[in-house]
Amino acid sequence: MSNKDAVIVVEGLTVRFGDDLILDNVSLEVYRGEVFVILGGSGCGKSTLLKHIIGLYEPAGGRVIINGIDMTAADDNKLRQVRRDMGMLFQSSALLGSMTVFENIALPLKEYTDLSDRAIRLMVRMKLAMVGLSGYENHFPSELSGGMKKRAGIARAMALDPTILFFDEPSAGLDPVTAAELDLLIKNINNGIGTTMVIVTHELESIFNIAQRVIMLDRGEKGIIAEGDPMRLRRESTDPRVRNFFNRHIAEHLIEGA
Amino acid sequence: MTSDKLSFSLDGSPGEKQTLYLSGRLSIEYLDKMLSLIEELFREKRPAEIIVDLKDVTYMDSAGALFLLELEHRAANESIPVNLLNMSFKEKGILDLIDRQSLKEETILTEKRGQGIVEQIGYGAIDFLNDIKNVVSFTGTIIIKLFSSVFHLNTIRWGDVITCMKKTGVDGLPIVGLISFLLGLIMAFMSSLQLKQFGANMFVPSLVSIAMIKELGPIMTAIIVAGRSGSAFAAEIGTMKVNEEVDALITMGFDPVKFLAIPKVFAAMVVVPFLTIFSDLFAIFGGLVVGVLGLDLTIHTYIQQTMKAMKIFDIVTSLIKAVVFAVLIAGIGCQRGFEVKNSAEEVGSATTSAVVSSLFIIIVVDSMFAIVLSYLK
Ligand SMILES: Nc1ncnc2c1ncn2[C@@H]1O[C@H](COP(=O)(O)OP(=O)(O)OP(=O)(O)O)[C@@H](O)[C@H]1O
Ligand SMILES: [Mg+2]
Repeated sequence: MSNKDAVIVVEGLTVRFGDDLILDNVSLEVYRGEVFVILGGSGCGKSTLLKHIIGLYEPAGGRVIINGIDMTAADDNKLRQVRRDMGMLFQSSALLGSMTVFENIALPLKEYTDLSDRAIRLMVRMKLAMVGLSGYENHFPSELSGGMKKRAGIARAMALDPTILFFDEPSAGLDPVTAAELDLLIKNINNGIGTTMVIVTHELESIFNIAQRVIMLDRGEKGIIAEGDPMRLRRESTDPRVRNFFNRHIAEHLIEGA
Repeated sequence: MTSDKLSFSLDGSPGEKQTLYLSGRLSIEYLDKMLSLIEELFREKRPAEIIVDLKDVTYMDSAGALFLLELEHRAANESIPVNLLNMSFKEKGILDLIDRQSLKEETILTEKRGQGIVEQIGYGAIDFLNDIKNVVSFTGTIIIKLFSSVFHLNTIRWGDVITCMKKTGVDGLPIVGLISFLLGLIMAFMSSLQLKQFGANMFVPSLVSIAMIKELGPIMTAIIVAGRSGSAFAAEIGTMKVNEEVDALITMGFDPVKFLAIPKVFAAMVVVPFLTIFSDLFAIFGGLVVGVLGLDLTIHTYIQQTMKAMKIFDIVTSLIKAVVFAVLIAGIGCQRGFEVKNSAEEVGSATTSAVVSSLFIIIVVDSMFAIVLSYLK
């Protein structure tokens, strides 16, 4: 990360749902080729931030610039071009229920490339092998377990080897072994293909394992309360909210009440 | 992104050691090209050994890795050694992403599509019969639970009943009113064209009111309610099934039929007769407009003639019919919803099938009413 080449720039992003202000004037940068982790308590707006970054919703204020393209002002053509370079794993996996796992993963391949059926079949099998789901091509999403859906969602997000990957809680619902394998996969993709990764996760172990830089959001603050290397934050942060998170402490007033 | 294309050259005479020099991008755009390169290599050169030189490769993604693995795989099948030269650390990392063993794994489920026509007809028939059985037994369940609810009024979720009454009744009134008004208008107009010739204009009011009260009022209302609300019930319960909400209800000790279906059926039973009455009134009003503007009848005469044609017996049976339709429409809507298992697609077909089956059953039950009533008189 010697040359800090920002792929994602968020400037003063403000998000509100009705009267409910979720994020207030949030700014951040994600540099090319880094693993960037978003932390924060449940309901603090992590998924919402991701969805705004990939341009699913229009923000109440601020801009999101990806690869130099302003997502809030881009036309459909530009958006399509940016989206080809992005892959997203949704918190609920969001596999298309009427299609088999194979068809789900083949979908972006068919849409964005003109590969032959054989090449597509090989690509899909390879992606499934990467996430440890070999053999599940003809299963429908409803026939998979929660963790398997997550992994199928990851395979779909990676189908086109995008340059930016967004994962919303990839290891939620996975056993520790599979979760550790997934961490390894994330690291290898990052090292091998140089993919920029923006990941929301709560798994402390995984954070220390994969994150090069983290930001922490807070519901009360409606924005970022800490940023930096997770190890350093754990050691040096003076903010009790950050310390509690990294040390798995519950807030002090709760302990006293018990 | 760099625009250096993939290019390659092969060195070595057929049957001997082959050296494959690759340069540029080993990426997904070129996957087909790379795969056919493998075919060509094995078909035309029948190599004894393969060397792949990756020195000039500028970019490799997982498709590139796939190509190398395919090459290795093919070579291994024919026990030809493969050597990858000048592979960078990064490229090795990508290759390591892929578990070679699991690439060869068989698919667990065979593809389910593609049954023969005979099979399809067979399954279709079984489905149809099962369907009838399910509808009958579900309607039975609902009627039993309705009775038990009537005796335990406090077990009914009145909040839901009220919302549902509003959605089915109040919100449905404009469209029921509009369609019935136009129906009355058209009926009066078309019949008057004929009746005028005999100077029998006087019969237009009774024609409209008898036709509406005895048949068209209940049927039109039922059709609109099936389209508006039966489908909505199926979609709502179906989506809840997909999201495991129904399972959650069961786990919390609720009876899903009582929790979800009974309020809807109850609301429909109350509201559909009212809609039917409104439908009759609007149609009569439509007839009245034609009668007054086109047939020179006075408002007074028109209403008088209409009243003369109305019989209490017809009105009561028409309302009973409406209640029965209501139970059937709401019941089928809910039953279709509960049949959904786990995908959004099923919610779609449940909704369609709720409407289609309701319409079918409405017609069947209406004919039964017609026969029974003709004997009752
Ligand atoms: N579509 C929406 N309409 C209204 N409010 C919403 C919507 N989506 C999210 N919110 C609100 O935004 C806040 C943040 O939600 P978000 O899903 O981003 O949380 P999160 O940080 O991802 O939490 P978790 O870790 O539990 O997934 C919540 O308070 C939620 O109520
Ligand atoms: Mg979330």
